[in-house]
Amino acid sequence: MATAAPSLPLRPTSSAAPPFRVLPGFNLTLGYTLGYLSLIVLIPLAAVFLKTAELTLAEFWNVVTAPRVVASYKLSFGMSLLAAAINAVFGLMLAWALVRYSFPGKKLIDALVDLPFALPTAVAGISLTALYAKNGWLGQFLEPLGIQVAFKPLGVLVALVFIGLPFVVRTVQPILEDLDTELEEAATSLGAQRWQTFRHVILPIVFPALLTGFALAFARAVGEYGSVIFIAGNIPMVSEITPLMIITKLEQYDYTGATAIATVMLILSFALLLIINGLQAWTAKRTGRDR
Amino acid sequence: MAGATTLRLGAAADFGQTRFEARAATRETPLVKWLILGTALTFFAVFLLMPLIAVFVEALRKGWETYVTALVDPDALSALRLTLIAAAIALPLNLVFGVCAAWAIAKFEFRGKHFLITLIDLPFSVSPVIAGLIYVLVFGAQGWFGPWLAEHDIRIIFAVPGIVLATVFVTFPFIARELIPLMQAQGKEEEEAAVVLGANGLQTFWHVTLPNIKWGLLYGVILTNARAMGEFGAVSVVSGHIRGQTNTLPLHVEILYNEYQFAAAFAVASLLALLALVTLGIKTWIEHRAAAAYRDSQDDAS
Repeated sequence: MATAAPSLPLRPTSSAAPPFRVLPGFNLTLGYTLGYLSLIVLIPLAAVFLKTAELTLAEFWNVVTAPRVVASYKLSFGMSLLAAAINAVFGLMLAWALVRYSFPGKKLIDALVDLPFALPTAVAGISLTALYAKNGWLGQFLEPLGIQVAFKPLGVLVALVFIGLPFVVRTVQPILEDLDTELEEAATSLGAQRWQTFRHVILPIVFPALLTGFALAFARAVGEYGSVIFIAGNIPMVSEITPLMIITKLEQYDYTGATAIATVMLILSFALLLIINGLQAWTAKRTGRDR
Repeated sequence: MAGATTLRLGAAADFGQTRFEARAATRETPLVKWLILGTALTFFAVFLLMPLIAVFVEALRKGWETYVTALVDPDALSALRLTLIAAAIALPLNLVFGVCAAWAIAKFEFRGKHFLITLIDLPFSVSPVIAGLIYVLVFGAQGWFGPWLAEHDIRIIFAVPGIVLATVFVTFPFIARELIPLMQAQGKEEEEAAVVLGANGLQTFWHVTLPNIKWGLLYGVILTNARAMGEFGAVSVVSGHIRGQTNTLPLHVEILYNEYQFAAAFAVASLLALLALVTLGIKTWIEHRAAAAYRDSQDDAS
């Protein structure tokens, strides 16, 4: 892909004088962008931190380390990690199948992979609950095995796997599509087994994208609300996710409590965003693709 | 965070499997192949296909009559109206923003550009619940502008403006994120030529830039629309769940479900699922057209 090389490098942009610009509209569009961004995103987000600053450090610590809240972190982070890991394994297989094999209905399946992006989370939530309830299509087979999914922590996992799947498939798929067959041929002609070729030639190329997909799925899962609350059962200390704790505090008009928990989640989200940006840069470097 | 939602140009190229399966060096033994394929397709069927089918089966469980009754219920219709209003306001706002942001970022060099792109991505990584919370903190009864708004009898939280704001927030980056990489890849030679030949800014955008980005733009628009109509968490926080007034379709689904009116809940849900399917259909069509246009331009260049 062509990168956006400046076509008329009349003057380096870092010089003190304002750069010469052929195209109009820079001030207008950048000004509008910054204004709209501040109004819709930055200023309201700042409200979270300012509201939290009303608490003393001890009060803040008490709210965010209350046993019920800590239990929600464990559930949210634990299940999100597990869901992202499951998606990394099966998402890679699905992406591999979509890129390398031909089978009937492939185009339809390829299109439907994006379903969790497009399907409203509440719809996914009630549908998964119906499937995994005791008399549901899947629940009726799991029940005799002693596996309960709906209204248990396992239900949270199922919902998070559903919403995270496209992230892994869609980050890995283009990398697999671009893979040079020559590399594999070289490995084979040098005597490598198929598994060795995969492990030592293909996986190192795909790995940054796989990790990016994992991180994207994890980030999405941690904040997810709609699809989880229907299937989780929302039992305190057992199956309450962290976003639900924020809602619970809000419904009790405990605004500072809700905001304190939101602060913890926001800081984690920002950290994840930085990590994901780094991973995407690594993917681009490793594969020579631009983002 | 948009890496997974951007337009895929290679998607419609269907030579992949013959390229890989034709040669011994790039294919697995049949056993391994069927194992991978079988596992992948089972996973797909259990986690994606079954939830989709279940929506429609559950919706029609009590027959067409119940289904239609649930859809023409006055509360359902008012929820539908509010959902359409929220999307109709959020979409043009984020469209204008997306085009402006992409123009500034893709066509000019300035400091802090990468930081700005990261900031635009922020709403993707914020939990929808927090997206709702921030507007409660600003406009709610206890919020910054709460007392002033109450004095002037303006309701934002637990009213339509709050729902619109939350919808704008959660769909904020989609169009910008679609256009930025696209316009960066296209460079600015064509626009500069147009300006040098005497076109003004709007003419340049309309006649030169827009034809180049139309598929990406359309793609961003349908993603924004799908998310705007389907948003649940953020809207739930600011809505107040007043029936017939501040309920959107996804919130209406929740209320019906919590009242054990399962068939009605799934009937309304099936409407949203249909919207998702239409979105995916248009998306696939756009990818097809964009890939064809891309191949044509490659052919012209060579």
